[in-house]
Amino acid sequence: MTYLAKPKIAHPSLPKNKLGLTRRDYEGSLSTLCAGCGHDSITAAITEACWGLSLEPQNLVKLSGIGCSSKTTAYFVSGGHGFNSVHGRMPSIATGANAANRELQYIGVSGDGDTLSIGLGQFCHAIRRNLNMLYIIENNGVYGLTKGQFSASADVGTKAKKGETNFQPPVDPVLLALTLGANFVARSFSGDKQQLVPLIQAGLAHNGFALIDVLSPCVTFNDHEGSTKSYAYTREHYEPAVHADFVPLEREITADYKEGEALPVVMHDGSRIVLRKLDAGYDPTDRGRAQAYIQERMKEGEYLTGLLYVQTGEKEFHELNGTPDTALNKVPYEKLSPGSKGLEKILARYR
Amino acid sequence: MSPTTITPRTDAGSGASHTPGVNDFVIKIATVNGTGSASANSLLMKSIFRSGVPVMGKNYFPSNIQGLPTWYEIRVTKHGYVARSGRVDIMVAMNAETYARDVKEVASGGYLIYDSTWPRPSLLKRDDITVLGVPLAQLCNENFSGVRTRILMKNICYAGALAALLDLDLQQIRKLLAETYAKKPQLVDSNMKAIQLGYDYAKQAFQCPLPLRVDPRAIEGGSKTSGHIMIDGNTAAALGCVFAGATVAAWYPITPSTSLMDAFKAFCDRMRVDPETGRKNFAFIQAEDELAAVGMTIGAMWNGARAFTATSGPGISLMSEFVGLAYYAEVPAVIFDIQRVGPSTGMPTRTQQCDIMAAAYASHGDTRHVCLYPSNPEECFYMAVQAFDLAERLQTPVFVMSDLDIGMNDWMCRDLKWDDSYRPDRGKVLSHDEIVKLEKFHRYMDKDGDGIPYRTLPGVHPKGSYFTRGSGHTQYGTYTEDSVEYQIVLDRLTKKWETAKRLVPRAIIDATAGSDIGLVSIGSCDGAIHEAIDRLKAEGVRVNYMRVRAFPFSEDVERFLAAHKLIFVIEQNRDGQFRSLLTLETRVEKHKLRSLLHYSGLPISSSFIVDGVLAEVRPQPRPEEQEALGAAG
Repeated sequence: MTYLAKPKIAHPSLPKNKLGLTRRDYEGSLSTLCAGCGHDSITAAITEACWGLSLEPQNLVKLSGIGCSSKTTAYFVSGGHGFNSVHGRMPSIATGANAANRELQYIGVSGDGDTLSIGLGQFCHAIRRNLNMLYIIENNGVYGLTKGQFSASADVGTKAKKGETNFQPPVDPVLLALTLGANFVARSFSGDKQQLVPLIQAGLAHNGFALIDVLSPCVTFNDHEGSTKSYAYTREHYEPAVHADFVPLEREITADYKEGEALPVVMHDGSRIVLRKLDAGYDPTDRGRAQAYIQERMKEGEYLTGLLYVQTGEKEFHELNGTPDTALNKVPYEKLSPGSKGLEKILARYR
Repeated sequence: MSPTTITPRTDAGSGASHTPGVNDFVIKIATVNGTGSASANSLLMKSIFRSGVPVMGKNYFPSNIQGLPTWYEIRVTKHGYVARSGRVDIMVAMNAETYARDVKEVASGGYLIYDSTWPRPSLLKRDDITVLGVPLAQLCNENFSGVRTRILMKNICYAGALAALLDLDLQQIRKLLAETYAKKPQLVDSNMKAIQLGYDYAKQAFQCPLPLRVDPRAIEGGSKTSGHIMIDGNTAAALGCVFAGATVAAWYPITPSTSLMDAFKAFCDRMRVDPETGRKNFAFIQAEDELAAVGMTIGAMWNGARAFTATSGPGISLMSEFVGLAYYAEVPAVIFDIQRVGPSTGMPTRTQQCDIMAAAYASHGDTRHVCLYPSNPEECFYMAVQAFDLAERLQTPVFVMSDLDIGMNDWMCRDLKWDDSYRPDRGKVLSHDEIVKLEKFHRYMDKDGDGIPYRTLPGVHPKGSYFTRGSGHTQYGTYTEDSVEYQIVLDRLTKKWETAKRLVPRAIIDATAGSDIGLVSIGSCDGAIHEAIDRLKAEGVRVNYMRVRAFPFSEDVERFLAAHKLIFVIEQNRDGQFRSLLTLETRVEKHKLRSLLHYSGLPISSSFIVDGVLAEVRPQPRPEEQEALGAAG
């Protein structure tokens, strides 16, 4: 059997969250990715974020497509259902699942191939529907499982392991999401857990579609000299523009920031994100200017990171559809069927 | 062409045609798409239906919004036949573009009605038919203003002329118009005026009514249409989805399936909106393509809602990958395939049964899917409900294989009935308490020996969580690349398939003829076959009949095939797909099966079947007759 259950070690001194659960309770099975893979750091960040939020494990639904990144949904929160679907089609599974039960939290984990090539269409339409989910792209610019082909996020001029140069311009998920009207758009780096964990927490709390594009170097096929998605290159070129602290509902905001520098954003559930601008020229609440600035910096080879754009108060998928606050899969059958009397009335029109 | 295939080129029929008469004839109306003829045609059909005389209507329309030729066939049938007979007794030729072929199609002794505002002596060369000229354009130009109104009223006007010729009840027509235009009463008067113009002209110009007329009093035993409705299969299927308790509907627009989704939405907007909160107890999602549509369906059913999608051939091709996932990961899904002419885009507004193989084995790898084959709208209603029960009971995708003829034409059916004691069969879904009691949950284990495992829904209990995947998995639900573990699951799926054979609707078998010749068919061929059986009987050929209603084939299908020496497999595609499926999935000896293949895009006719069977089973002429024939040739 190639499946390995991660042994659960219950150490009494492990810190517990509100539910009395330890970080271990939010882990999944053992990762089968390469040692040093950026994706594993993201898995750890998701685990940490969910533990920190005291999420009921069974209330987290984990969705993915195909590829290295998509395997990772098995590696965290084993108490939640997972669905590893088909290549590039995770958003449609997420849409159906969310339509059936809006009471759960949906996290989708995808890769740059899964999202930006084969799944580009579904990705765009999930944004258009403002599906209430957190969508994480583990972006490494390369196809790992098929051994190193360029993906659609590969930068112009980047070199493959075998020396080939990419000349096609990349699809940037952050700019794309901004164009399509996404209201929570973030970029991060798998090597920056401090930035990533609160982003994931904020993304889960956001009411509507939340995107986090996480630069996540592939140690095996894209970590060489000449690659623009290597650890070294990413560390050098990623630039935190906005720091987001996530403040859960139950915690008082203790101001450890100076007035004027911080911008608290109240989320749907009453929790808050406190944004701190690290780059003076940046405004994370202005879609057009954010877009222009990200693009400008990109031309200079810099990747701005952090919560790059946030807008709360927009209607998500169910609110747009007018469905009830409770899950559709819980509506009793008696409420759904018109019954024999109802049928009689309907048939009158066809006589 | 293989020797086992018989494919007559036309539906017109030869020796097997019968004589038309009162309450037994066919009208065909040739018009231009987008000129409002649809209202005129349904007005005619419904007024006949309401008078108690059985009627059939078929719409042959182009893939176009305006301008291309379109035909509507109304068959008045005292026997209550629901299929085409294959002949045309009265042609209403309103389209100059198709005039020549329309005139040609009228059976000898029949009638041609045309707009005599522009006389066409050159085309009226047939002396075996009666030509009735009505100056429709002139009448409408004199009485109505506005180009568009004149065009629309011209079509209502021919309905008026037909009302006089066929002896239809004008009061009934007015009543129908009042129902149709309940919200626009001014249209009732203008339409009625056009009806009256045509009616009065025909009354004074011709001897009304014609020998081919509608006479409710001549129907033995009174009304043959009470206890019946006129409904199309897509509406009936949508109604089935409402009654089945479906809450999530996802689709991508494609002819001829779109009206199913439109109907579902219309029913839900009326009956599924909470009167107190105004909230909708349904989610109606127009997807970006068919891949997403079926993905949403699968996602929703995985998460415990009843969900469905509707599509046609091209959509089936696109959905196949996901269908394979649902088969292997054992997720229920309901997919309506309203089949249309293929291959590729084919003829989107014409009918065929050409996705039989594509649906049965959709997707790569070893996959087989439950398919239901409704034969009319009534069955679409019941099978829609059954499809959800089967999908959830078997945890697998279920296809409902309707077609354009069933889906988009109004059929006379028995009243739909509903049993209020019905409750959805949600299959083996573990409740919260059942999960808690388990020592450990194993998603893909065969606990009951029927090949159907237990499943859990997200959000219920962490002990019930598992990982759904299309990659290799063990019976415990974990990832595997181990040959033995992989095969355990695959073999259990085979066992589940055997269970499916016992759960799907059985074939309908009529062996009263006691013949060793059998007809075997599926779906919308049924109406034409029933009529063909009557006509064959009149010719001295008796046949048994089996209509298969589901794949996998149950044991009764095997028995019928084994019990007959010669079997005609009747279906509407070129390659004999249903015959192929029978040879692959039963023990039948191939040589016994003769294909009768109708794939013109029009619904199959009884004449086609009669001719096909007679070509094979009619006793050969005696030697002396053959000599005589040879000498004559």
